[in-house]
Amino acid sequence: MNANVVIRRGAKPKTQPVLARVWRARMLFLMLLPGLLYFVLFRYLPLLNAQIAFKDFQPTLGVWGSPWIGFQHFLSFFNSFYFSQLMTNTLIISVLKLVIGIPPAIILAIAIHESSFKRLGRLVQTATYLPHFLSWVIVFGVLLAMLSPSEGLINKGIVSTGADPIGFLTDPNYFRWVAIFSDIWKETGWSAILYLAALIGISPDLYEAAQMDGATRWQRIRFISLPGLLDVIILVTLLRLGHILDAGFGQIFILYSLPVYSVADIIDTWVYRQGIQNFEFGMATAVGLFKGLIGLLLIVTANRIARRFGDRGLY
Amino acid sequence: MIKFPKISRADRPIEFSVVAFLVVTLLVTVIPLWYVLMISFTPLGSSPKLLALPWEWSFRAYQELLAQPALVRAGLNSIILTVGGVLISLTMTVLTAYPLSRKDLPFRGFFTGMILFTFLFSAGLIPNYLVIRDLGLLNTYWAILLNGAVSVYNLFVMKSFFQNLPESLEEAAKIDGATDLQVLWHIVLPLSRPILMTIGLFYAVTNWNAFFEPILFLSDRNMMPLPVALRDILLGLNNAEYVESTANQVASSDALKMAAVVITTIPMLAIYPWIQRYFTQGVLLGGVKE
Repeated sequence: MNANVVIRRGAKPKTQPVLARVWRARMLFLMLLPGLLYFVLFRYLPLLNAQIAFKDFQPTLGVWGSPWIGFQHFLSFFNSFYFSQLMTNTLIISVLKLVIGIPPAIILAIAIHESSFKRLGRLVQTATYLPHFLSWVIVFGVLLAMLSPSEGLINKGIVSTGADPIGFLTDPNYFRWVAIFSDIWKETGWSAILYLAALIGISPDLYEAAQMDGATRWQRIRFISLPGLLDVIILVTLLRLGHILDAGFGQIFILYSLPVYSVADIIDTWVYRQGIQNFEFGMATAVGLFKGLIGLLLIVTANRIARRFGDRGLY
Repeated sequence: MIKFPKISRADRPIEFSVVAFLVVTLLVTVIPLWYVLMISFTPLGSSPKLLALPWEWSFRAYQELLAQPALVRAGLNSIILTVGGVLISLTMTVLTAYPLSRKDLPFRGFFTGMILFTFLFSAGLIPNYLVIRDLGLLNTYWAILLNGAVSVYNLFVMKSFFQNLPESLEEAAKIDGATDLQVLWHIVLPLSRPILMTIGLFYAVTNWNAFFEPILFLSDRNMMPLPVALRDILLGLNNAEYVESTANQVASSDALKMAAVVITTIPMLAIYPWIQRYFTQGVLLGGVKE
């Protein structure tokens, strides 16, 4: 029967009835099934549960049985003291990671690309990619080795100058900087890959022509490399802006502690504590949903702008 | 051994700055990791040095940690999670990416859009947690393995790799009467070794590093993987489980902490050359350059 369909319809595939096309692709559908089931169960079913953002969730009544309360959770969150604190912390940490983090990655890529000592460049690449693959728990251990008030290397240096040791991880004056610079330490090498790829993509003819015309090294960087990177820089920045509310849950969750909540608590960590530790499921879901919707809006906008800059979008 | 390239006088300042920047970057990256190693080798009663000589190294911290059943169990748990996670995730990702890469899949745009949407919007932590709870997966490894089974990003990377394979090979096989599954198994997968290695390693790293999901979904302490044990050791929580009581302590607590960091890091270091080879140089750069 299948063969009949193929022969009869083979000449004009576009007019094939849907059912015949589905039947012919039955094995492809079978392969797709586990994946689709995954997305339905673990990514779409939660969307139904998200209704408790608008409900007075009671465990005994369940998600569907709990009474509706409209936007009460949202309103009480917006009016609470937490709203401005969480937004401030999230945005400050996120924006500073972006603003302070992008230039070192660009400079690193240019330095590796420009280095006349290829071996040194490769060694630096190998070393700086590594921290990206280490978990934040491991980096937390590394930070303790460097920053702990008693034995940390940096604090030993501070003490040797006669000053008092600094509790970098527990002092609200320092915590955000630790979060920002440890993120830069971990991710700069990895972020540089994209810029490096763009640099390798620049035609060598351009550099050769510039050299013939007597351009110096610096002029070649300034007038060939940097303009060649502009598209990628814009694209990366837009993508990061789309995720500006993701201040780094995995990192903050392991690094923060009670003394620094006032400067460290971000939307995601608050949602976790409110929901999983305090069992305020409705409230935590409302705040998570609020963050998800803003995030969706930002990423779609970022993609629109990116498409305007180049033909390629982010997704 | 090192060949010095010819550098014109005008370029010397910039060449110097480049080398200086690279050397400083290297030191900033490596010194913290090196110092962790040095602390872990510090004998009881002495202070860690940045440059301890090999005959001053003590391995007592490692001996003591590896003698603790709780830590060994955490390590085994991590291995189970990592191996299971790679098998499940890689299979699911291949099986989903391949049909989506085929132009003759009906409703291809719909399925792609449906998956892409989950990449852009998520209902958040609590609704997801409730699904896992209602499916009865809490306190099982399935919660972690299934919840993170497919990464949308990896899925799309693999899909575009499949799409870039020459179509003629698949068509030839289909004319010879091969089914889609046979085409995938005998034609597509053998051509896709680099991408399978890349994505497999990526899933391995993610699973080995899993820290939050175990805390969220598991309550049985005996099931916790290495990163959770490491967190406890670093914070001095549940110390009795991992460290001998102070009376017969043979290594300083800082050395123990840093030895635990090293033990958790070693598997990543062991597969790092492969990550370097496949991930950073091959596929990603190729994919970006297009």
